[in-house]
Amino acid sequence: MSQPFLKIEGLTKRFAGSGGAPDFTVFENIFFGIEKGEFACIIGHSGCGKTTILNVLAGLDEATEGGVVMGGREIAGPSLERGVVFQSHALLPWLTALGNVAFGVRSRWPQWSSKQIEAHSIRYLEMVGLGGALHKKPAELSGGMKQRVGIARAFAIEPKMLLLDEPFGALDALTRGTIQDELLSIVQATHQTVFMITHDVDEAILLADKVLLMSNGPYAKIAEIVEITMPRDRTRATVHHDPQYYRIRNHLVDFLVNRSKTYAGEQGDDPVHPPVVRPGLDGGAQVVPLAKTPTPSDQASPGPALRNASN
Amino acid sequence: MKPTSFWAAPILSVLFFGLFVGIWHFSTQQTLGEVTVDPEYAALIGAQAATGGQSAMPGPLDVGAKLWEHIRDPFYDRGTNDKGIGTQLIYSIGRVLIGFALAALVAIPLGFVIGMSPLIYKALDPFIQVLKPISPLAWMPLALYTIKDSNISAVFVIFICSLWPMLVNTAFGVASVRKDWLNVARTLEVSSLRTAFQVILPAAAPTIMTGMRISVGIAWLVIVAAEMLVGGTGIGYFVWNEWNNLSITNIISAILLIGLVGMMLDTMLAQLARAVTYKE
Ligand SMILES: Nc1ncnc2c1ncn2[C@@H]1O[C@H](COP(=O)(O)OP(=O)(O)O)[C@@H](O)[C@H]1O
Ligand SMILES: [Mg+2]
Repeated sequence: MSQPFLKIEGLTKRFAGSGGAPDFTVFENIFFGIEKGEFACIIGHSGCGKTTILNVLAGLDEATEGGVVMGGREIAGPSLERGVVFQSHALLPWLTALGNVAFGVRSRWPQWSSKQIEAHSIRYLEMVGLGGALHKKPAELSGGMKQRVGIARAFAIEPKMLLLDEPFGALDALTRGTIQDELLSIVQATHQTVFMITHDVDEAILLADKVLLMSNGPYAKIAEIVEITMPRDRTRATVHHDPQYYRIRNHLVDFLVNRSKTYAGEQGDDPVHPPVVRPGLDGGAQVVPLAKTPTPSDQASPGPALRNASN
Repeated sequence: MKPTSFWAAPILSVLFFGLFVGIWHFSTQQTLGEVTVDPEYAALIGAQAATGGQSAMPGPLDVGAKLWEHIRDPFYDRGTNDKGIGTQLIYSIGRVLIGFALAALVAIPLGFVIGMSPLIYKALDPFIQVLKPISPLAWMPLALYTIKDSNISAVFVIFICSLWPMLVNTAFGVASVRKDWLNVARTLEVSSLRTAFQVILPAAAPTIMTGMRISVGIAWLVIVAAEMLVGGTGIGYFVWNEWNNLSITNIISAILLIGLVGMMLDTMLAQLARAVTYKE
């Protein structure tokens, strides 16, 4: 049994109820792992606790119970080993694009000269196509450009892992597509380990090696781990030609539309080992019908899906 | 709305000024001719003062001539009670700047601490709320009694009145720095000192500058009154002294200059504020 690079064990988040109200349990008993170089997306309805999980991974928030181990060490507090791309880009508005990236680089390599820091920062800004906007302030950049600076800032510190919270949620579809392509090529080149929140099913299929499906809160759980079995060298232009694409897509949409609401009530699955499914490999006959109502046995036997790959 | 020309407002300003000066000129001219002095009053204040131009309301030409006189020789010194208006203004500006600088030295670091710590904020809030509305002049007797130096007492009064706006604004600016920006610094493992100077300070700078601008405005208002009380030097003392001399022209000249210096101080801080403002 090899340990995954990142291991989330029994993560639970409760908020104390005010004025005699019972505690509010956002999620409970979350277990999953991410391998080195793996791209994991998490999908779930708003409010199920995705951002909370990401903040715990970032070290910005603390879980009520459970813990996270990365590379054999327990996560306690934020670290340069994990780069974060915030949903609201969170650029410092008084610094230029270059200044924002250099701000992190200086912290990562304090012994570097200003020349080195600048050269390194420029390299990462050029990587996201912002070589021409180095000296612009965030207010002078479009939403997509701001998010690119955020991505460059996170990549530039060369973290062991990247955490992205709906990074493209506020962008128009066209810009989102372009940046997805950029992110895809960077990740394919660098083999970066990534944990990303998204509410966009197509984005998850394009980018991820596996998609964690989260049921609705309160008491949200990891309902299923969907492996994206299509070859890794996907591109946005061709990915939907793959016959697996729609099988996976239907499976994800079906979960979000039908099964995510009722899942929390079901006790059929072992939370430590959420079922791992590969809807892409199901073959034509095994496409999950959209209208199918969920029963515990559905999750237990989705075709040739493998269970418990996480250990 | 039609776009107005760049010159429309300045031309209108000049027009209003002309109108004001005109009305002033004609109204003072009339009273000058009709003035009839109660003989008893004349005896009381001296015949020359009662009938001559000095006690009557001067016209704009008199004030203009007086101003020109002051501007030509602002720094003359003919004894303790007769110094040039420029010298007096410099005394006042000096007191304001010293008191203001001392207040900034106390208020900005203290405001930082208060803004960072909700506990200290709550603990100090009652004191601030009670001390803030006290007229700075109410401190004057206490200051004179304890410090026993009128000059330092005036500076102390300026210090006290400049303190609160800067303190409150700094605390507020620091407390309302966006959580996202602090989280960025945390995830990048930026040291607390660097976070304070490179994230919190620039983020709160516009709010702090607003506090400084309010402070310097109040300080300039208060210095005139404070100097009337402590006497000796300064533009406030000058005004009071000229009132004793019954030189209305000098008083009006001083009033004009007080306004101009106040505007200058405000413009300087506005310029500084513009330099630290950022667009989100
Ligand atoms: N301070 C808090 N007190 C109580 N409930 C909170 C607090 N912060 C977040 N929550 C709740 O936690 C849940 C998860 O929030 P979040 O992680 O942001 O969800 P997501 O990112 O999946 O949309 C939400 O239902 C929210 O109402
Ligand atoms: Mg969220």
